[in-house]
This record gives sequence, structure tokens and C-alpha cells, in this order.
Amino acid sequence: MDKQESKIRVERKIHYPNFFRATWSLANRDLKKWYLSPAILIISMVQPIIWLALFGKAFNLGALFTSVSSGATAAELAIFGTTSYFSYLALGMLAFMAISTSMMGGMSIVWDRRFGFVDKILTAPITKLSIIVGKILNSVIRALAQAVVLLIIAIVLGMTLTYFTITSVLTAFAALFLLSFGMSSLFVLLALRARDWQSQMMIINLLMLPLLFASNAFFPLSIMPSWLQTIASWNPVSYAISIGRSALLGPSYTPLASNLMSFLYLGIFAVGMTAITVILSRRLLKG
Amino acid sequence: MDIIKVNNLSKVFNGNLRAVDGVSFEVKEGEIFGFLGPNGAGKTTTIKMLTTLISPTGGDAQILGYSIKKNAPEVRASIGVVPQEYTADEDLTGYDNILLLADLYGIPRDVANKRIAELLELVELSNAAKRKVATYSGGMRRRLELAIGLINFPPVLFLDEPTLGLDVQTRTAVWNYIKKLKEKYKMTLFMTTHYLEEADHLCDRIALIDHGKIIKIGAPEALKAQLGGDIIKLSVSNDKPELKKILENAVGVKEVKKIGNEYRIKAKSSETLTPKLIALLSSKKYQVTKLSMTKPSLDEVYLEYTGKSMREEQGGFDRFAQNRQMQATRR
Repeated sequence: MDKQESKIRVERKIHYPNFFRATWSLANRDLKKWYLSPAILIISMVQPIIWLALFGKAFNLGALFTSVSSGATAAELAIFGTTSYFSYLALGMLAFMAISTSMMGGMSIVWDRRFGFVDKILTAPITKLSIIVGKILNSVIRALAQAVVLLIIAIVLGMTLTYFTITSVLTAFAALFLLSFGMSSLFVLLALRARDWQSQMMIINLLMLPLLFASNAFFPLSIMPSWLQTIASWNPVSYAISIGRSALLGPSYTPLASNLMSFLYLGIFAVGMTAITVILSRRLLKG
Repeated sequence: MDIIKVNNLSKVFNGNLRAVDGVSFEVKEGEIFGFLGPNGAGKTTTIKMLTTLISPTGGDAQILGYSIKKNAPEVRASIGVVPQEYTADEDLTGYDNILLLADLYGIPRDVANKRIAELLELVELSNAAKRKVATYSGGMRRRLELAIGLINFPPVLFLDEPTLGLDVQTRTAVWNYIKKLKEKYKMTLFMTTHYLEEADHLCDRIALIDHGKIIKIGAPEALKAQLGGDIIKLSVSNDKPELKKILENAVGVKEVKKIGNEYRIKAKSSETLTPKLIALLSSKKYQVTKLSMTKPSLDEVYLEYTGKSMREEQGGFDRFAQNRQMQATRR
């Protein structure tokens, strides 16, 4: 009997979780739904292909130029910094995909609240920081994985990369990483108190297109009306795209700011957004 | 030893809604302590405070000596929680769900794998472990929640309405699992319920709670004994004024009340008294037309102290009772 008792006591040794393990387990829980489910994995990969085909090939601004006059290529080069509008747009699409994936991933916390999962994990001895960072990691990993696929498909479909080195690709992805990190934090924050999916959908619809159109995803800032230029020059999406284009497209592309400054801006956005979300979650994320 | 000590715990929502209004009680090591009351009585709010999900607006509680206000991480590490909802992720397998919580409790992988196998075996889900939770039945999901709540081998387990929404057979099965697990892991259980039978069947002691206040604490048997006995109700076709006297003078009758044309007789033991009463009445040429015997139930205890019946307040319970009666008649 004594032996039995002591065995129970030993087994009852209270464990405390390690931050990294807890955070990764939470992120992995969300990721499993994606990589263990072939249908969702394929759909999430097909989506960027459709975007590229529709926006890049059907919505081909480059074709407008070439059909008007023979001096078009020069004009196109002057405005977009490349003679291939498809290549120009592909980087916009990479950013579009990164933010839409971050939105969905960040806001999935709404469902977790609804099904009591948040309550459940709040009674475990983990920190709220783990919960928030786990959500962000899930979105960032999904976004980057999809971006890789999208880039490969874009190249297959005829995207031309002037600089195609490990460094240039990594530079473009580092920018997407920061953008996705900041956006995920923003959307986790927006979803912290939401309990119903309708508000989630409303927020996504409200912010998705403005974030995209008030950026250099489709056109350079130089041909925008000045009010839109102002908004776009504050939009972090513009900076991520600018870095990607100047890293991959070529010397004729004029970046929004020097890559160093753009990285700094994106870094501040990502760290700042995450800090705000983590601080507010201490008060807002509760049972 | 008191493993949970609650001292004047209160929760006021939005400045005026007093969901929990200064409750104090102790839970002894190894017992099953139940919070019984209708929906909205403050049971879930209390459990949320004790499991550190929400912070109290007044008072404090100690679990294993740790304050829920000051030592929340220690409290969390030493308790298990089985919430009211099904919280397991439907898109993952049962195994993945329980493994996730093992990670969140920081249980080393080798220990965790042994425990998971053991717990799934105990709740008889070993064969379903690699299936997605979406394919589980309600009873299986409840059992999975139980296994998940036990992954850290908690000295104290909190169960919030553990059988809510389950059918009768499943409910009984879940009760048996709870008892089995409690025995095996030598836990102290704190549970809430609005099912009278559940409180009666499972709990060593219960607290009756209404409008955020504890009305009475005690063992179900003791609470029922305080009512003073069984109730026999009868009516006769040829009623006469002297009948009440006859009943009152019968041996074993404690109290007689006439309500309408029905006599309510309080007795120590209705089983032995009823045949005698029938014999007595037929010898006096009375024709008994209706007769029923009621054992003192928690509902009557509740009625005694709050002035209202929980059964009447809970449509859900009535359905449960009816269902049970139907089961009985079918057999």
C-alpha cells in the first residue's frame, strides 16, 4: 500500500511546460488540419494558382500597352520597372496571398473561443503569449509555404526573374515573413473578443481589398491619385512588395524606399503589432 | 484535510449582476463535492473562478494551498478541468487532442505516451484513438474530455455539468467512468450539475446553490433525512371528516395534511406503513382511489429551502425523468 501511495506521489510530480514546446504544439495543432487533410492542402494551393491566372493573365495591363502603340514597351518599363506586367503582378499576388492566409489564420481564434477550446487551454499552465504566438506561427508557416508554391507556379507560367539567386529569393521571403507576422498579429487582435464568425467575415471583407488596392500590388504609387499615394505609402503591404520586386525583378524597378528602410518599417510593423496584441491579450483573452 | 478552501468568493458582472454572491465552503481530500442548482444559479461562474479562467471580484480560494488569485500558474498545473462544452478539436484524432494537452502541461513525451495509452484504455477509446473526433458519438466525446482532463494526473479534478445533453444510458456509463477514474487516481472531484439524480448518485457532499448563494451543504442522505421522512399521498372516494383523525392516530404516522381532497402523510418508512394504512382504511370501509409513495428526494430538499422545485424549473430534467420512466416501462 505504501509503495502504491508513493508511486502516485511520484507520478503526481507537477510539470510546468516549456514555452517553445507549448507554442509549437499549439501552432502544430492548427497546421495539422492543413497538412493532414489533403483536400484542404490542395485547395489552399490551388487558390493562388487561380489568382495568378485571373489577375496575372486575364487582368493583363501589359497587354493594354502593347496593343496601343509600338512605344508601349518603353512606357511599361518606365511605369512598372519591367516589361513583364505578369512578373510585376506576381509579387503583388505573393503579398496578397500572405495577407489573406494571415487573416484567416489569425481569426481562427474566433472558432477556438466558440468551441470552448480557448477556455480549455487557458486552464493549462501555459502563458497567453504561447497562445498568441502559436496562432501567428501557424499563419506565417502556411503563408510562406503557399508563397513558395505560388512563386514556382508563377515561374512556370512565364514570370521572369532578373535576379534569381538564393539571396534574392530569401530577401523576398523575409519581407513576406515580416508582413505575414504583423498581419497575423493584427487579425488575432481583431478577433480577441469576437465570438461569432459573422464579425470575422465582415472584418475580412472590410479590410482585404482596401489593403490590397491601397498598395503597389497592381500599380506603382506614381500613377495613383495623391490621396491614395499617401495611404499606400503607409501600407506595410507596399513595402513587402517593393522589397520583393527590387530583389527579384531588376535594376529598372524603383523601390518605394531602400530595402533597408523597408525592412526596418516592416520589422517595426511586425514587432509593434505583436507587442500590442500580446499586451492587450493579457486583458482581453479570458474565459 | 481541506484540499479546496473557498472564502467569501464573489463575482459581479458589469457592476450589477451578482452571479456568485459570497460563497464559502471546504472540500475534503478524496471526496466528490457537487454544486447543485438550476441553470443560471452561478455554478459555472464558480467553477470558472476556481479554475482561474475568470478572476473573482471578491473573496479568494485556495486549492492545495495555492491562491487562485496569487498563484494561478501553480493552481493550473495541479488541477484538471472537464468543461461543459466538447472542446476537443473535431478535425484532429483523439490521440492528437490528448497529446496536445500533454504538451501544454509540459509532460515529458515518454511519460505522456504511457499515460495517454492508459487513459484511453480506461475510457475505452483505444480503438478510436486514431480516428478524427468528428466521427465520435456524444458519449465518446465526453469520455475523451474526461481522459484529456486527467492527462496531468491532477490531485483535483473539476467537472462542469459532466453529463449535460447525454441520453440516460450514456449518462450512467459516464458516472461509472468518473467513479472508476476517481478511485484509480485518488482524486478529489468538484463538479456542478443541475441533475438531481446525478448529485444524489455521485456526490459525497453537495452544496445547494441558488441565485449565487449557497443555501445548504451536506451529504445527500443527511439532507434528505433532515426532511423527516417519506411522503404517502392518498385519496378516498367516500371521504368523511373523521378520516384525518383516524390517519393521525395510526402507528408510524408523523404528520397528516389535507390538500384538496388528497391526504399527505409524512412517515418514517412508507414501505411498511402503506400496507397497514390500506388494511386499516378498508376495515373502516373506506375506498382508496389513489395512492402514491415518495421517498425524500433532493428535489424536495431543494423545495424545502428555496420554496421552488428544481424539476418544475427545468424542462430538461422533466424530459429526462420521463425518458427514464419510459425505459422502465419498456422493460
